[in-house]
Amino acid sequence: MAAHLSYGRVNLNILREAARKELREFLDKCAGSKAIVWDEYLTGPFGLIAQYSLLKEHEVEKMFTLKSGRLPSADVKNIIFFVRPRLELMDIIAENVFRSDKMHSPRDFHILFVPRRSMLCEQRLKEQGVLASFINIDEYILDLIPYDGDLLSMEYESAFRECYLENDQTSLYHTAKGLMTLQALYGTIPQIYGKGECARHVANMMLRMKREFAGSQNQILPVFDTLLLLDRNVDLLTPLATQLTYEGLIDEIYGITNGYVKLPPEKFAQKKQGEASKDLPTEPKKLQLNSAEELYAEIRDKNFNAVGAALSKKAKIISAAFEERHNAKTVGEIKQFVSQLPHMQAARSSLANHTSIAELIKDITTSEAFFDNLTVEQEFMTGVDTDKVNTYIEDCVAQKDPLIKILRLVSMQSVCNNGLKQKVLDYYKREILQTYGYEHILTLNNLEKAGLLKLQSSSRNNYPTIRKTLKLWMEDANEQNPNDISYVYSGYAPLSVRLTQVLARPGWRSIEEVLKMLPGPHFEERQQLPAGLHKKRQQGENRTTLVFFLGGVSYAEIAALRFLSQMEDSGMEYIIATTKLLNVPPARTPAHIKDSMHPSEDRQLLFV
Amino acid sequence: MAFITANWNPLGEAFYRSTELYEMCWNLRDGLRDCLVAAAPYGGPIALLREPVRRSPSSRPQLEIYSASGVAIASFPWKSGPVVQLGWTVSDELLCIQEDGSVLIYDLFGSFKRHFSMGQEVMQSQVLEAKVFHSPYGTGVAIVTASSRFTLATNIDDLKLRRLPEVPGNTWSAGEPTCWVVLTQDRQTKVLMSNGPELYILDTTSCTAVVPPGLGPQAGSIVHMSVSFSYKYLALFTDTGHMWTGSSHLCRRPKSQQPSVVLMWDRLLMVAGVSHDTIQFPLEDPCVLIGELDGVRIISSANQELLQEVPLVCQEIFKIASMAPGALLLEAHREYQKSSQKADEYLREIKEQSMLGEAVRQCVEAAGHEYDSNTQKSLLRAASFGKCFLTDFSPEAFVSTCRELRVLNAVRERGVGLPLTHTQLVYRQFYPLAIEVCRYLKIPDYQGVSRVLKHWASCKVQQKDLSDEAIARAVCVKVGDSPGVSYSHIAAKAYECGRPELAIKLLDFEARSGEQVPLLLKMKRSQLALSKAVESGDTDLVYTVVTYLKSEMNRGDFFMTLRNQPVALSLYRQFCKLQEQETLKDLYNQDDDHQELANYYVTASYREKRLESRLSLLQTAVDEYNKAKNEFSAKATEEEMRLLRFQRKLDDEKGAGLLGLSLQATMEALLALGLHKQAEQLYRDFRVPDKRFWWLKLKSLAEKEEWEELEKFSKSKKSPIGYLAFVEVCMKSNNKPEAKKYVSKVTPEQRVKAHLAVGDLEGAADAAIERKSDSELAAVLARCPASDRQLLDRLNRAAAAAAKK
Repeated sequence: MAAHLSYGRVNLNILREAARKELREFLDKCAGSKAIVWDEYLTGPFGLIAQYSLLKEHEVEKMFTLKSGRLPSADVKNIIFFVRPRLELMDIIAENVFRSDKMHSPRDFHILFVPRRSMLCEQRLKEQGVLASFINIDEYILDLIPYDGDLLSMEYESAFRECYLENDQTSLYHTAKGLMTLQALYGTIPQIYGKGECARHVANMMLRMKREFAGSQNQILPVFDTLLLLDRNVDLLTPLATQLTYEGLIDEIYGITNGYVKLPPEKFAQKKQGEASKDLPTEPKKLQLNSAEELYAEIRDKNFNAVGAALSKKAKIISAAFEERHNAKTVGEIKQFVSQLPHMQAARSSLANHTSIAELIKDITTSEAFFDNLTVEQEFMTGVDTDKVNTYIEDCVAQKDPLIKILRLVSMQSVCNNGLKQKVLDYYKREILQTYGYEHILTLNNLEKAGLLKLQSSSRNNYPTIRKTLKLWMEDANEQNPNDISYVYSGYAPLSVRLTQVLARPGWRSIEEVLKMLPGPHFEERQQLPAGLHKKRQQGENRTTLVFFLGGVSYAEIAALRFLSQMEDSGMEYIIATTKLLNVPPARTPAHIKDSMHPSEDRQLLFV
Repeated sequence: MAFITANWNPLGEAFYRSTELYEMCWNLRDGLRDCLVAAAPYGGPIALLREPVRRSPSSRPQLEIYSASGVAIASFPWKSGPVVQLGWTVSDELLCIQEDGSVLIYDLFGSFKRHFSMGQEVMQSQVLEAKVFHSPYGTGVAIVTASSRFTLATNIDDLKLRRLPEVPGNTWSAGEPTCWVVLTQDRQTKVLMSNGPELYILDTTSCTAVVPPGLGPQAGSIVHMSVSFSYKYLALFTDTGHMWTGSSHLCRRPKSQQPSVVLMWDRLLMVAGVSHDTIQFPLEDPCVLIGELDGVRIISSANQELLQEVPLVCQEIFKIASMAPGALLLEAHREYQKSSQKADEYLREIKEQSMLGEAVRQCVEAAGHEYDSNTQKSLLRAASFGKCFLTDFSPEAFVSTCRELRVLNAVRERGVGLPLTHTQLVYRQFYPLAIEVCRYLKIPDYQGVSRVLKHWASCKVQQKDLSDEAIARAVCVKVGDSPGVSYSHIAAKAYECGRPELAIKLLDFEARSGEQVPLLLKMKRSQLALSKAVESGDTDLVYTVVTYLKSEMNRGDFFMTLRNQPVALSLYRQFCKLQEQETLKDLYNQDDDHQELANYYVTASYREKRLESRLSLLQTAVDEYNKAKNEFSAKATEEEMRLLRFQRKLDDEKGAGLLGLSLQATMEALLALGLHKQAEQLYRDFRVPDKRFWWLKLKSLAEKEEWEELEKFSKSKKSPIGYLAFVEVCMKSNNKPEAKKYVSKVTPEQRVKAHLAVGDLEGAADAAIERKSDSELAAVLARCPASDRQLLDRLNRAAAAAAKK
């Protein structure tokens, strides 16, 4: 079920097992039948740790979604609330408890806070007069969730907002705690590098926490050699650009949430002949995407233009394998063929799925609108006409394209020009307010606070210097057989990943100038290892680096890092961790933009 | 040695022995008669309360605490209310449960620590009986009141009272259970009670009648019951003299296991098992029985004995005429000491069965079970002797048994008095011995020495005769930075004893800032607490301090304090955003943050239903934006106000339903309603870029299929969006003839596209050939059907020509 977690360089299943064990222990604390009331946001992340079967084994009979009012009736002994420590949720819980049927057989209430219990919340429950109703108040420390063999995410949705807009460093505290847990399982990480204010803060907390636990030396041989902490606001450009890898495009178009994607069902309907026309499924098709699926692991990180070839090659291999049956003559040979059938059939259905997805995507990538958008993005990234109002953006506003698209383009222009001239900036802002509504004055204000939009100051535009020094634009990006990370954006090499690459070789000393141009401090720390734990490296053995993106990471960046891991002469393997896998909500459903009560929500659209 | 089996008594297939532990050092005038007695498990201390039922209000009973060997530890007159029950916690604290349901806690040395109550309703009805019990959760207390209701607290350190349900159909008029016990099973604490012949199990939710299998009604009423130390086994005794034993789940145990129960009458002690045998011991004195893990301690006024089943390995070695390898090895060693060649014969015999390893193992294990040090020695010597003839025998068990026995023997010395584990040793304040024991047993520092040091430091801070300075220094020198010693814990102790200054000095040594905060708050050092909380990075902790400060300080001071702590301030802002909008405004005001104030008013304006209040809030926002020198926002807000007024006017006049729409949407709606003039007015008033307005009008007209209007519009002036847009929009409305009208107006660059859009291949081909652009030629070629040979040829020729150039 979670075997794909253990294939990689670092066995992330250890982390998952530790999390599962803790969950089981908590459930066993509440004897008897149980109902879980879920903070809806948690169900996704929890799905990566434990399926319903595990809960069922521990007498969980019912599951509800937390909402105000009365709890649905359930004939269980225990009601357990699984919630994030948020005040507004406490009020709902209090209401639930108050309105629960007192006459009904008495039930025990419990709360499990994820990822940490909070005195503030308990205080609130006390004020509401329900704290004493809870038999157990516990915490379930779920900071880093293993997503894939080389990928960890905290699925902390609002980290970017909190850090860069609200100066609320709660997510960073959880990050530091999560890294401490990780070190407890995988050994102390001897070297820490970082760039950015948040990175500095996390590193400081980690060092402090280590001091606090002085004495209990960690005796595990370190699995990671280096930790690299990167602030998202060091590289705001990358997540603004349209991702061009297969997985990146699936996310751009349909949105991947907690490892699942929902696709329009039409393409997947005619599976069985005969009943095809009867009833077309109306429910979106839900697919799980991770490296457990052999074919997906192979193509997910390819540039989309290379996916077609890969799929047809695979199709040939599979049909050749099916042809084998004609060669099977002896009983033994037939038996062998039959034994391979399930695997082959799985491969065939996987191929069919991805062929359908690729077709869906192709319809969009070959459209003129997609091409025009990409052209403008690439112009900005190469520094063409970034200092005046862009006609394409103007047209898009006039056509009332989704706001998110406009905001991405305008922000991108601002980032690539180190800010916009007052006239240009005001023009865009006016256009947006007049077209999408005045309430977005707050959205724009937030974008400015986060540095995505800014006024050009007198200092010169240093983006071209950064671009040249770090080789952010590669003219001849090879999409089919890439030799550089720039293939993930068909030309643009993500800045964050370049920084990672340079750190490994030749080292950051070579780019001191550029580092100074990027926001926040850069630093290096060392953590002492107990004697005897210093690794003796085998000749040619790769080093392992954990790259932690504070404020989110895009799928294309992940693809680029995987590419670096696979490069033969890189000598470095990367494990990726993040506060949240950035996902772009489907551009066609900008429904929540209308909600003027939460104007800042739109910011979140950029960095969910 | 030869008489080691002298005190063995057979019972069925097992043997029971009673070993004297101590002659008690105490001198009790009246013996144990009329005393409440409680002894802690694991050889713990003994508490005595004489005459708990006062004869007159003036007479004060004496509470005495002794070590297990009877050495007096503390003694003081009992001044509080009547005591129903005494008991010890797992950490050797004495619990005194009073009739009114309050429970007083004393430490081992008789000083009062704290008290708690078993609930309001108990106060009225009074505690009839009480029991102290131990479970994996800690020490619990169970009481039953005169009105026959049970109340449980599973862990007194985390007090949660649970009132158990009433027994249904209250048939028992006497109103009280005959007898009861507390059971801990399946992570739940239950009460088993009897009323006459009936048995009930009470848990938190239900009361279930149960019948132990094999105990018929003719057996009579159950008058006593007892549960084993492990809560596994249960014994019931009825008024007809029947006894039932079995598992505490109330099913019979398989016969193979030997249950045995110790019963005590005034002058008789009896061990009874499944077989019909019993062992009887006459008693001279009133005694108290204390259940232990592996036996029963019998305490009388004169001595203390341990009654236990003889461990199997001891039986094997010492049983008369035993031929077990261990027994032979012991004999071999004995002969060897006598320099007799018989030693060799015995050894040979063991070796022939290749049982020497087993023999050594038996001797080592048996030594661990023996109480007498001479017996231990001879067994260990025999083991050591046997070991010489083995080549690859792991010495581990031997070494650790030796170590443990040395420690056990040391603590069994009369002066120390029997504690068995090193924790218990620490609680009795024999610090140097405890530290030595820890080091000797090679217990990891953070589990051993550190705990001793922590306990020592906690006592040290209570020494009233030393100065704060001296104590702080002494603690720091001894404790240093030993892992696992929490300075905040020690500081908390100091504060408890009324030494806040010392507490602060000690807190300074604490590395974990998070740990310092709760105590600092308790001591009202809130500013310090706030900076420590910020330092820890734990935002929840910061929130906690902030909430505390808010309730403690006046608003002005509170805001000033926050101002000095930016991290705390932004967290508080977050809190206000969600919970107290009004306070948020005050915060921005204090900081003269006009930009944020303006944003605040903008947000607030959306909460208003009435337009006037909305406008007035927006006006305030304009003022603030101006103060913040944010010209753009001020202007945009003014425009919004203008738009709102305009919308309201039209809504009133025409019922257009425009209020709240964006400018673009408003114009769109107006055009849709045919209010072109008003739309034009907005376009001019709000300086809408031509391009956007042209797009809007174009789409709107096409949607309404007003083709004449559209043509007029296209001619009103030169289109800022070109004419390809006209072609495409018309095509979208499926009007090819209209679309064709605009093709000729399209610029040459876009003409091919325009021709293709209306499906005019010839025209497209002409345009492409004229422009000699290979990409455009290719685009047309791609659309050209294979049947049209002539056109294909033309295009191919042109493409070839373009390529040549």
